[in-house]
Amino acid sequence: MKKVIMGNHALSYGAMLSRAQVIAAYPITPQTQVVELLSEMCADGTLNAKFIKVESEHSAMAACLGASLAGARTFTATSAQGLALMHEMLHWASGGRMPVVMGNINRAMAPGWSIWTDQNDSLSERDTGWIQFYCSSNQEVLDTVIQAFKVSEKLMIPSMVILDAFSLSHTYEVVEIPEQEKVDAFLPPFQPPYRLTPEDPHAFGGLTSPDHYMEFRYKLQKDIEKVPALVEETGREYEKMFGRYLGQVDDYLCEDAELVFVTSGTAGSTARVVVDELRNKGIKAGNLRIRLFRPFPFEKVRSILSRIPKVAVLDRNVSYGHHGIFYQEVKSAMYGQPSPAAIFGFIAGLGGRDITKDDYKEIANYALKKDKPEEEIVWIGVKK
Amino acid sequence: MIEIRFHGRGGQGTVVASKILADALAKEGNYVQAYPEFGVERRGAPVFAFIRIDSQPIYDKSRIYNPDHVVVVDPTLVEAIDVTDGLKEGGYIIINSDKRPEEFKFPDKYRVITINATEIAVKHKLGTLAAPIVNTAIVGAVVKIMNLTKLESLVEAIREGVPLRPEDNIKAAIEAYEKARKDGRHE
Repeated sequence: MKKVIMGNHALSYGAMLSRAQVIAAYPITPQTQVVELLSEMCADGTLNAKFIKVESEHSAMAACLGASLAGARTFTATSAQGLALMHEMLHWASGGRMPVVMGNINRAMAPGWSIWTDQNDSLSERDTGWIQFYCSSNQEVLDTVIQAFKVSEKLMIPSMVILDAFSLSHTYEVVEIPEQEKVDAFLPPFQPPYRLTPEDPHAFGGLTSPDHYMEFRYKLQKDIEKVPALVEETGREYEKMFGRYLGQVDDYLCEDAELVFVTSGTAGSTARVVVDELRNKGIKAGNLRIRLFRPFPFEKVRSILSRIPKVAVLDRNVSYGHHGIFYQEVKSAMYGQPSPAAIFGFIAGLGGRDITKDDYKEIANYALKKDKPEEEIVWIGVKK
Repeated sequence: MIEIRFHGRGGQGTVVASKILADALAKEGNYVQAYPEFGVERRGAPVFAFIRIDSQPIYDKSRIYNPDHVVVVDPTLVEAIDVTDGLKEGGYIIINSDKRPEEFKFPDKYRVITINATEIAVKHKLGTLAAPIVNTAIVGAVVKIMNLTKLESLVEAIREGVPLRPEDNIKAAIEAYEKARKDGRHE
């Protein structure tokens, strides 16, 4: 069934179709309509789930962890300062191997107060051990939630499904809502290998001495390294059933490109239009939109960028005192590779400033004109 | 691709108008992207809503700066702001107004259409006399003038998407659809 829905509701439908059993959320700004619709679904019986209203995002994630540990499929959603307040609990989720799936609306961090998009909220949680997917359409949001549960539960690692504020969260698009029976066939009920139950008592989260701690972390790293291959496999399985494929990246016309944009989120969708326009003018451009950010898809990025003369990374975020974060990651991935590309780093669109097609043309002009980057960061659209 | 910008005031249902139009278009297999002004809405303040329509998937997620057409839900906005900002040559300006198109002073490169959506909404008792809800009527006129969808698709979209008194809203949309005229003349 096709429906015109906003990105917030694409998350809700994804959680509904995945048959989330427990949803915990703090229902005040920076929360969005994601959990509003889910609470209605719980109230009218569309979704057979326990909706737990809590007093903060920290508690929301804590409630999710308890539910997940008890063996429930668990979902929540947040944004910006709300995600930051969860920070401590995010480590508990990954370290405790609780496969919660969470929607995060990319909103800029205050101050100044903002409800507009940029990526610094989710990228500040880069090292918490969560899988991170960045989406560029409402269809992708819905499909990613379902696939994220599958990936997360297989490896017992939590996932964040991330979408831009307004550009997706409040934007209506046509979305194919899959049939429940087909989703059930794709995503069977959550069967944790161990859970919190009086019938089979275990202790969770106890004191872990230096004799053991490192092995837990080693195992987390080894398991999260399995994600790229699992995302591909899960994506192919999903494609067979639903006809839509989502992988680690979305690469467009990169094979023969002289210039490739490396992008994410909705800006990575607009980039595709710019690629077409540049190609019409005889400039061989391509677009590599990164979907899976954690774990970083090293192999995929290397295989696509290794022969590309010019790479222009667009960041809607900044690591203060360093570079744009995707720029850091791409440079790190390409270090030591044969015939390295010239990699340029651009920052645009902070705090919801629009990233326009003209911005991309400015980026292309800059990268094509210069042999190598002459500035650490090239800022696009900053008022002088 | 067609891009349309709606101008209204907070509380008039301008965003809902764009959503109803999106629903009707999607029913006929179109790709649509509809979004409100990105921000915080306040009752009575000027608000915007935007819609992109295409037969192909829409990848452009940047804002609309040069709409093909504009729709003015609240006629007082014509004096308050420049509703033609960025409007493409030959674009329609559809205004909810009891005036004739020629009474508005717009450059000749635009096609001005007026439709008295307020009168239609009041007749069908949509909203209150002081604050009639004109969105379904205005969309009826938009669909007709721009030849966007069949009337049946719009009727179906309203029936499914308008929770409060859908049948009266459908009547308003049909009346506006029938009254709206491309040559701009009033009957």
